[in-house]
Amino acid sequence: MLSMNGYHLGIMSLTDHKIGQDFIIRIAKADDVPAVVAMDEAVTGLAKPDYWQDIFDRYGGRRRGRYFLVADHEGTMVGFIIGEVRAWEFGSPPCGWVFTLSVDDKLRLGGIGTALFQAVCDAFRKYGVTKVRTTVARDNDLVMSFFRSQGMMASSFLQLEIDVAS
Amino acid sequence: MRLQKATRCALYAVLELASEPDRQMSANEIAEKYGISTNHLAKVLRNLGREGLVEAVRGAGGGYRFAGNPKRTTLLDVIRLFETVETVSSGEREPGDETPEGKALSQVIEEIEATERATLNSISLATMLKLVGRHGAA
Repeated sequence: MLSMNGYHLGIMSLTDHKIGQDFIIRIAKADDVPAVVAMDEAVTGLAKPDYWQDIFDRYGGRRRGRYFLVADHEGTMVGFIIGEVRAWEFGSPPCGWVFTLSVDDKLRLGGIGTALFQAVCDAFRKYGVTKVRTTVARDNDLVMSFFRSQGMMASSFLQLEIDVAS
Repeated sequence: MRLQKATRCALYAVLELASEPDRQMSANEIAEKYGISTNHLAKVLRNLGREGLVEAVRGAGGGYRFAGNPKRTTLLDVIRLFETVETVSSGEREPGDETPEGKALSQVIEEIEATERATLNSISLATMLKLVGRHGAA
């Protein structure tokens, strides 16, 4: 399963994106949360219903600059992406952040991840931002390759960290 | 990072051939386009052939054709056929390595190398061809 979930980060005018004949991209609904929990659990091995409900409460529905989109195949959620516009952090002008992307692994290479990413980029573009960022674990070849295939390059920002445990 | 001559030849060759998988090109044609030595490229193409990335087409109008999977072959895959992508931790021990200064230096160099490897390993030939297209369109 293609999945990345690492960075916790307008009104959306996105209408359903028809992509091919197999699935549509639409705004997440409350009914999608259990499927999101299950898809995430399949990847991480940990069910986090409270976390995803909180994410839905903050990003679901139509919100200005916040986008929680799902790929829907005949009523079944087969992938989702979450992002938002953030401004002036680290001195950066407003830009879109993608912090979660997941696709059913049985349907990988079917264009679902690309459709989700393009849909959220369209939403960012409509909001008025022209830069989209994400963070990927350096050893996550699958997700890194996916974002590279979308044309993403290394950012002008470097992420730094330190262990502060005693 | 500075790629060796053979590695650059190999990358040009696979990118050129992968851009039109059904087309066959001679070593001469590829060498001329990139301004590289035909003899050198011929050796590189033989290596790429042994690895299954290109195949030689015999007969009149023969040449080379791409035979790999552009979505599954990364820049690192090609580079490793021609040079060692060394890491500090896997390389030979150098004088001073065990000193605090040597360990600190290794830590910084490992950080650089890890980023380099991650970059090369995340960019497939298919992704590179898109990037090439963007530069061509610019």
